[in-house]
Amino acid sequence: MDPLLLLEQAFNGLQFGIMLFLIAAGLTLVFGIMDMVNLAHGSLVMIGAYLATTLIAWTGSFLGGLALAIPATFAVGALVEVVALRTLYRRNHLDQVLATFGLILFFNEIVRIVWGPVSLYSGLPDYLMGHVEIFPDAPYPVFRLVIIAVGLSVAAALYLIVAHTRLGMLIRAGASNNEMVGALGVNIKSLFTFVFALGAVFAGLAGMMLGPLTSVEPGMGEPLLILAFVVIIIGGIGSIRGAFIAAIVVGLVDTVGRVMLPVLLRAFVDDAAADTAGPALASMLIYILMAGILVVRPQGLFPARTG
Amino acid sequence: MTEPALKIEGLVKNFGSLVATDDLHLDIEAGEIHAVIGPNGAGKTTLIAQLSGELRPDQGRIQFAGRDITGLSMPARSALGLARSFQITSIFPDFSTLDNVALAVQAHAGHSFRFWQPAGKDQSLRRPALDILENIGLAARAAEPAANLSHGEQRQLEIAMALATEPSVLLLDEPMAGMGRDESGRMVELLRGLKGGHTIVLIEHDMDAVFALADRITVLVYGRAIATGTPEDIRANDEVRAAYLGTEAAIEVPHA
Amino acid sequence: MDRRQIWLSLATLALFAVVPPLTVIFDQPFYMDMVARIMVFAIAAVSLDLILGHGGMVSFGHAVYMGIGAYAVGILSYYGIDNGFLQIPLALAASALIGLIFGAMSLRTSGVYFIMITLAFAQMLYFLAISLEEFGGDDGMSSMRSEFAGLIDLNDAMHFYYLVFAVLAGVLFCLHRLVLSRFGMVIRASRTNERRMQAMGFPTYRYKLAAFTIAGTICGLAGALFANLNEFVSPDVMHWTHSGEIMIMVIMGGMGTLIGPVLGATAFLLLEEYLPQWMEMAMTDAGEHWAIIMGPILIAIVLFGRGGIHALLAASLGRNGNNGSKRDD
Repeated sequence: MDPLLLLEQAFNGLQFGIMLFLIAAGLTLVFGIMDMVNLAHGSLVMIGAYLATTLIAWTGSFLGGLALAIPATFAVGALVEVVALRTLYRRNHLDQVLATFGLILFFNEIVRIVWGPVSLYSGLPDYLMGHVEIFPDAPYPVFRLVIIAVGLSVAAALYLIVAHTRLGMLIRAGASNNEMVGALGVNIKSLFTFVFALGAVFAGLAGMMLGPLTSVEPGMGEPLLILAFVVIIIGGIGSIRGAFIAAIVVGLVDTVGRVMLPVLLRAFVDDAAADTAGPALASMLIYILMAGILVVRPQGLFPARTG
Repeated sequence: MTEPALKIEGLVKNFGSLVATDDLHLDIEAGEIHAVIGPNGAGKTTLIAQLSGELRPDQGRIQFAGRDITGLSMPARSALGLARSFQITSIFPDFSTLDNVALAVQAHAGHSFRFWQPAGKDQSLRRPALDILENIGLAARAAEPAANLSHGEQRQLEIAMALATEPSVLLLDEPMAGMGRDESGRMVELLRGLKGGHTIVLIEHDMDAVFALADRITVLVYGRAIATGTPEDIRANDEVRAAYLGTEAAIEVPHA
Repeated sequence: MDRRQIWLSLATLALFAVVPPLTVIFDQPFYMDMVARIMVFAIAAVSLDLILGHGGMVSFGHAVYMGIGAYAVGILSYYGIDNGFLQIPLALAASALIGLIFGAMSLRTSGVYFIMITLAFAQMLYFLAISLEEFGGDDGMSSMRSEFAGLIDLNDAMHFYYLVFAVLAGVLFCLHRLVLSRFGMVIRASRTNERRMQAMGFPTYRYKLAAFTIAGTICGLAGALFANLNEFVSPDVMHWTHSGEIMIMVIMGGMGTLIGPVLGATAFLLLEEYLPQWMEMAMTDAGEHWAIIMGPILIAIVLFGRGGIHALLAASLGRNGNNGSKRDD
């Protein structure tokens, strides 16, 4: 198999993993700190994408649009937390699942009413359209590299925040002991709102960068949400580091697996069988990985909660 | 000398930097009521959790009637005859009082992969359960949902459920917790009645009850046993006074 | 068991039983199909109630077993095997096996993990079904109705209706027995306090796994009926939103009551059918946006609707509603 193709797929996998990390980061914080299942996190991906697409068209500038879309997504996130999710923290997980399921229906329909049911396509400015040669004879789209760079920056920033700031200390304390944070006299309500809105921005950012790659449509965040779940299961609830590593692993395994598996299978079975079984197996690969890790470590690779 | 009911050897349990159990050696003799006392955070409940199999010790061994049970799960230890009551009342509030005890009987009446016959009409579960309720003085409340029982009655039910598994050793975690004076008095009578038939490891803050009931007392401080002996020994022990009982009225523990 | 619950169950089944003659009298055959569909989903919802309502296991991937049952019928049909006496046992065995495997993995965890893992496993089979080009991939495939050696003719709407009815009634009766049995006591008590159960000597994992497998198997049966109902099988059955919907049916109707989920399935599917029509009447073109009402309805049910429809009906039948886990001895 062509090593350059493999390299390109590895980069795609990395980029996909970064995207999953952006979605999973906010989700894992909300799980860890508030012990809350939020299915509607995928809707924030979608809302970020729609806001960006609209604002880019409105301002006529890609960066200008994003600059407006990010605070707008933050505001939406804060609003959702204050209006809806806050009442759910004290409910059991089942109630949280169902109520946020209801939110998904609501958000998808709002989007359909405001933007219509048809997919939107958001273009890229010229300076992001090109390719660069990451290796000789291996051109790679600039925009995908930008996604990787943005994601790594977010990961680094998050790491610094969590490891070295007062906010980070509260987040870490909250992940392992909720009452303690309350006992510290911190306004836990506004902390939760802030953390949730921050998670919304990351998810929205993923949506914004996904827009030019695929299409912007109602429900676009949901398949990603379930993959983000897989990432969190593997990484361990509440752990940013776990989410990062697991996201990259899932991104790589999924992307590279889809290319490699049929090729690998051909070495063992005849071509026709490999062509049938390859894609089927590849689509299950990350779930099999998840199951495997679960058998060894039921709490994920980096459990933030112990006991 | 007969085999001790429980033999604890070199037990160690750490939670991060916190040492909850620190190289603990202890023999619980068959038939005795052995109280474990100590200030809050001394590691009493952690000890019960390790004895019952809920927590794995980091080091050390636990023997039950000569058999090493360190690696056994909670259900497996229960099957051998080790029963536990909980500090926080752990009954099934939706079920009737009788159902609660019948469920405990069922735990040791063979496997429960029986899908068809109603358990609520199964006399082989109901009758022993009712007997236990009668012994313990709750028979009149048998049909009542357990949620409607008073706190004291719920604590009694807690003991009834532990007894229903026909244990030889009872691990009781603060059976008097939250009880008024009268209720405590009844519980002391109840536990006194169990003496002889059962070996009891008793964790309790109510010193009146401890000194009234215990054959021997172990004092735990920071996970370490600083003294083990008869109530008289413990009362006279200087180290215990200094470390735990303090200079207050606790020394003048009344004789019951 | 609560008497009102039994009366409610019998009354509900009696209503279902008289639907076909009524549709014939009023010449409205459409309703017979609609109610058959409701009953198929009711079977799925009742099976989920066993683990969710009685066992406290928040499985968010229950639709996958419907999918397995449906594909078992569909795939056999694809290879020309229409014999229901082969198809149904295979559907049951396949969903039991998958339930056992998924349950064995997921039950090692609890809480949020359990929810996410059951969802992820369901998604895995959903994607597997999509990647199976041989069986239509994304588009699914048509499936012939099962043959039962001439004993019942599923192409006859009346026969089909009463087969589904009989299955629903049978499932309700068996699960009613099961919930009250020794096994049922263990499952219900484990929901309340699993730690206590283990301290009393119950190895709870294996009982929960058995319940999980039983629920999956029954849902697989619903799936086999679903394939027959639609004469069509597609990955869509297993879509995660379907798992969510089955869960909603259980909550809407009242979990831990068995008959509640039947009422919930009825209410949900009727709402899905008629809400768009009502909205259309209120405002032109509003019907397509029915989810904007459905979403908040759902949130309201979660926040305020303790006990669901069952509690409402039980309360109107007598004293206050009962969550079904209480029993009058």
